[in-house]
Amino acid sequence: MIFYPLGKYILLLKAVFRKPEKWSLYRKEIFHEMNYMGVGSLGIICIISIFLGAVTTVQTAFQLVSDLVPKSVIGGIVRDSSILELSPTISAIVLAGKIGSSVASQIGTMRVTEQIDALEIMGINSPGYLILPKIIGAITMIPLLVIISIALSIVGGYLAGTASGAVTPQSFIEGLTSDFIPFTFTVSMVKSVIFAFIITSVAAYQGFYTHGGALEVGQSSTKAVVISCIMILFADYIVAQLLL
Amino acid sequence: MIEIKNIRKSFGHRTVLKGISAEFKDGITNLVIGGSGSGKTTLLKCMVGLHEPNSGSVFYDERNFTSMNFEARTHVRTEIGMLFQGSALFDSMNVEENIMFPLNMFTELSFKEKRDRVNFCLERVNLAGNNQLLVSELSGGMKKRVGIARAIAMNPKYLFCDEPNSGLDPKTAIVIDELIQEITEEYRTTTIVVTHDMNSVMGIGENIIFLHQGTKWWEGSNKEITTTDNKELNEFVFASKFMKKLQK
Repeated sequence: MIFYPLGKYILLLKAVFRKPEKWSLYRKEIFHEMNYMGVGSLGIICIISIFLGAVTTVQTAFQLVSDLVPKSVIGGIVRDSSILELSPTISAIVLAGKIGSSVASQIGTMRVTEQIDALEIMGINSPGYLILPKIIGAITMIPLLVIISIALSIVGGYLAGTASGAVTPQSFIEGLTSDFIPFTFTVSMVKSVIFAFIITSVAAYQGFYTHGGALEVGQSSTKAVVISCIMILFADYIVAQLLL
Repeated sequence: MIEIKNIRKSFGHRTVLKGISAEFKDGITNLVIGGSGSGKTTLLKCMVGLHEPNSGSVFYDERNFTSMNFEARTHVRTEIGMLFQGSALFDSMNVEENIMFPLNMFTELSFKEKRDRVNFCLERVNLAGNNQLLVSELSGGMKKRVGIARAIAMNPKYLFCDEPNSGLDPKTAIVIDELIQEITEEYRTTTIVVTHDMNSVMGIGENIIFLHQGTKWWEGSNKEITTTDNKELNEFVFASKFMKKLQK
């Protein structure tokens, strides 16, 4: 049951990475997608990241009941959990909802209104023209969004911690700057690239094979988000298991 | 000329096309007619490669399209123009960008040359000066005409039209029919129109193929269609009260 859609997904990806007819047109589309996905998602990523950091600080402080554990640990926990898990994974899940549903419904609508057929009749490799710019746009912009998310999450944690009195500014910064393992950042970037690929390719697959009308476009969009979220969490575990 | 040989197509257990063979000559308007579910659109999609037939072959000027690889098909497809039932215009682009799209993709023309070509195509479909309109701002008839303009932008040798009159008022439908016929004669394209509109059949049907239950049931011209004794074709042609009166 899983092999048929998996095979179709792989064949679609093979068509996506076929040599483009004209790079200049693809380049234009790539910049358009980078702007839409990157700049267009900046607002929501900023908002969720600040709150992620703030909640992590407050909850970590709540659980630190022992006087034997210094409060500076909070800074380290916020840093590491933001870099390794919260920023890449939560951002990816939010972006699966925002970008994934948009990609699936855009391509799905093009399918049911015969716009994809029109591209193919013209001799254009429609998977390449429609999906490749989205994948490239996502795998370049989502890691940048994750970097911004990490920074804002730490800022959010610092602000919440100092404002609530859970941790002093000095202790937070002390924890933040001690025992940093740079490899965690590499893991975070690997995750964000993989998540970006999952979000766009799964959504594009769902949209590309939409049949029917408006109802089916909506269903494809929902399926794209649900499957992307599951795949993101699965990939999250695999990457953590392999790299850490 | 386009030739199809023994085209068969099934979807699951349902056989839609049961071995259809036909020739479509250039410079005339070839019509494929038939009732709903007779396999007209499926045949058209098999001919342009949107559906793969289960068996049989499609030849474009003796080139076997069915056995071609992706690259070879791409070359043939640059010679094809198609008008879709719902126009299939790219709704993220305006009229000019829609018509210029195949030129951008497949030619090295300068922007001025491409714009001249766009203006020529728009003039040809009586829509000069509407370059900047968005697709959402166009009426049904205008969409069809922009669809034709986009289809002829690359000077196609083969023109396919899938129900070009659907959803149009009778007057606009005649304008579209006449436009298709004029373009066919002017550029000597091999034009295939899938329709069930009797006005089109009587107006531009120089060569008509009638499909019934997935088979080629009858072939002839619009002059012969009213005098044939083919029962199924008569039931199709004289289905409306108006045509029945005309028959009497």
